[in-house]
Amino acid sequence: MSINPIKKVTGKAVPILGDDIDTDRIIPARYLKCVTFDGIGEFAFYDERFDANGKPTNHPMNDPKYKDASIIISGNNFGCGSSREHAPQSIKRAGFSAIIAESFAEIFYGNSTTLGLVCVTMSRSDINELAEIVKSAPETVLEIDIEAENVRLAGKNYKCEIKPSTKKALLDGEYDSLGILLKNIDKVKELEKSLKYSFV
Amino acid sequence: MGKNLFQKVWDLHKVADLPGGRVQLFIGLHLIHEVTSPQAFAMIKEMGLKVAFPDRTFATCDHIIPTDDTKRPFQDPLAEEMMQALEKNTKEHGITFFGPESGYQGVVHIVGPELGLTQPGITVACGDSHTATHGAFGAIAFGIGTSQVRDVLATQTMALNTFKVRRVEVNGNLRPGVYAKDVILYLIRKLGVNGGIGYAYEFAGSTIEGLSMEGRMTICNMAIEGGARVGYINPDEKTYEYLKGKKYAPKSDRWDEMVAYWESIKSDKDAEYDDVVVFNAEDIEPMVTWGINPEQAIGISEKLPENNNPSFQEAYEYMKFTPGTSIKGTKIDVAFIGSCTNGRIEDLREAAKYLEGKKVAKHVKALAVPGSATVKAKAEAEGLDKIFIEAGFEWRNPGCSMCLAMNPDKLIGDQICASTSNRNFKGRQGSSSGRTILMSPAMVAAAAVTGEISDLREVFDIK
Repeated sequence: MSINPIKKVTGKAVPILGDDIDTDRIIPARYLKCVTFDGIGEFAFYDERFDANGKPTNHPMNDPKYKDASIIISGNNFGCGSSREHAPQSIKRAGFSAIIAESFAEIFYGNSTTLGLVCVTMSRSDINELAEIVKSAPETVLEIDIEAENVRLAGKNYKCEIKPSTKKALLDGEYDSLGILLKNIDKVKELEKSLKYSFV
Repeated sequence: MGKNLFQKVWDLHKVADLPGGRVQLFIGLHLIHEVTSPQAFAMIKEMGLKVAFPDRTFATCDHIIPTDDTKRPFQDPLAEEMMQALEKNTKEHGITFFGPESGYQGVVHIVGPELGLTQPGITVACGDSHTATHGAFGAIAFGIGTSQVRDVLATQTMALNTFKVRRVEVNGNLRPGVYAKDVILYLIRKLGVNGGIGYAYEFAGSTIEGLSMEGRMTICNMAIEGGARVGYINPDEKTYEYLKGKKYAPKSDRWDEMVAYWESIKSDKDAEYDDVVVFNAEDIEPMVTWGINPEQAIGISEKLPENNNPSFQEAYEYMKFTPGTSIKGTKIDVAFIGSCTNGRIEDLREAAKYLEGKKVAKHVKALAVPGSATVKAKAEAEGLDKIFIEAGFEWRNPGCSMCLAMNPDKLIGDQICASTSNRNFKGRQGSSSGRTILMSPAMVAAAAVTGEISDLREVFDIK
């Protein structure tokens, strides 16, 4: 089950600023009515990008200057709320490879890691600086170096952080956890026998 | 120093240390529903894997199920497709499915406890963020995404980072008209919508101990709204009493042995915590949210906060409220009683107690949605359905309904809903401009009767 290690993410960015951007905003519940994740990318941030009449809003994702962006820059507690993996799935399938935010909600962070959608955190002042650079020069290419926990752009370095376990999993190509879990299946069976409870 | 419940249960379920510091944790009980499981079944099928321990997974349907016309096929073909996928997957893998015909269908976090599946000292996972509800029994319960549902199906384990534990203590007597819902909204306001990231919350103190199991479930249910993926309460006699005789609870021959186990996993008196915070129950009044996340809440007698913070401004713009004014008197369009937060029998009883002999305001659409078929049957046996109907509520079939509006129950336009659910996010109740005000069931009853956000103590003369 080994997959390609992720050491760096390089690309242009789009600032989707604000705190507590919840998973209902990332993917409205009506788009969870599906038995596959295929095609879910087009619904990312749908109700933020379109008004009730289907008219595009001034959401940054609708702005042609950010058309090729593959990195999202956001605020505090990104991805809070529901555990729906549809949220990171839609972001990934909309063409994004990484999110830089001040902090992430925990379930979203875990879901994203499993998909290899890189989530790194950064101080608020650095995020604001990054967002300003990208707003005035959207063609700027960012390079997230996972090993060094560093974001490089326009000749400058910004410190970012990533959980040690996530960092290792990305660098080793083991972020999709099922492979390593399956390796211990004998130990799992043993532990199951030792438990005091069952439902049979 | 002693250990807390979280550490004890974690250690008993730890299969292995994984590279990078994660832990492979055994999940004793896996609950699934129609929304977050179909892709997981497809993934294991694609990999040629089987469900490792089908006797430890139980399914029900709640998110998409209509609460009025439940005839099959459902009118919404996508909902029907999801239902069929769940029926097929559970059958194929030998998983028990509590569908509508079983008589046990309902919101997954209500069904687990009422069947006695949820027990102290177990680990629970479910592809839903409100899984912490089960922590009310002293279980460690995790909300997970679909890839982790796949992991649990295939291995009954998942890879997790360790948690810190914060003891959140509330002491003293609750004032009249103040409920578990008010306590948790108060705590989220105080600790922040992201204050619990990286933590498991141990709710404790005399106020929490004084709550019924239903009230405790309401508290743990909303741990995630404060950022804490896990929330729990140490089990006690009340917990054991609740479990006795339930379908999957230990039978009499094993009861004493299990009580001994449950007692053994309680937090030690000298247990260590990463953080301890203490609150006073008397400081809490009936709470209402005014913004677009559950931290944006105030006591009913407070004025809307004045603050230049961009989050506040965004919330005011969306809610169309004015800082410095009172939220009392805000006209509502819809009243919703239900959800995994407040769709249990005690919630319906409490609302019905105040609705008896009263009428819902003419302009208000009012919905009472029991959390499960069991809750519905019990409510009907007690005559609560008649009270709701006579007051002008629609009495529906069980499901998640207007908590997240994946079924036909939705707000229209910028309607305001007085709701017992758990999230007041933008667009949460099915309209991208719909507005949600969270509160307790009795507060929703008050708002339904007056047609506006009200202080239940004034409306129902509670002293």
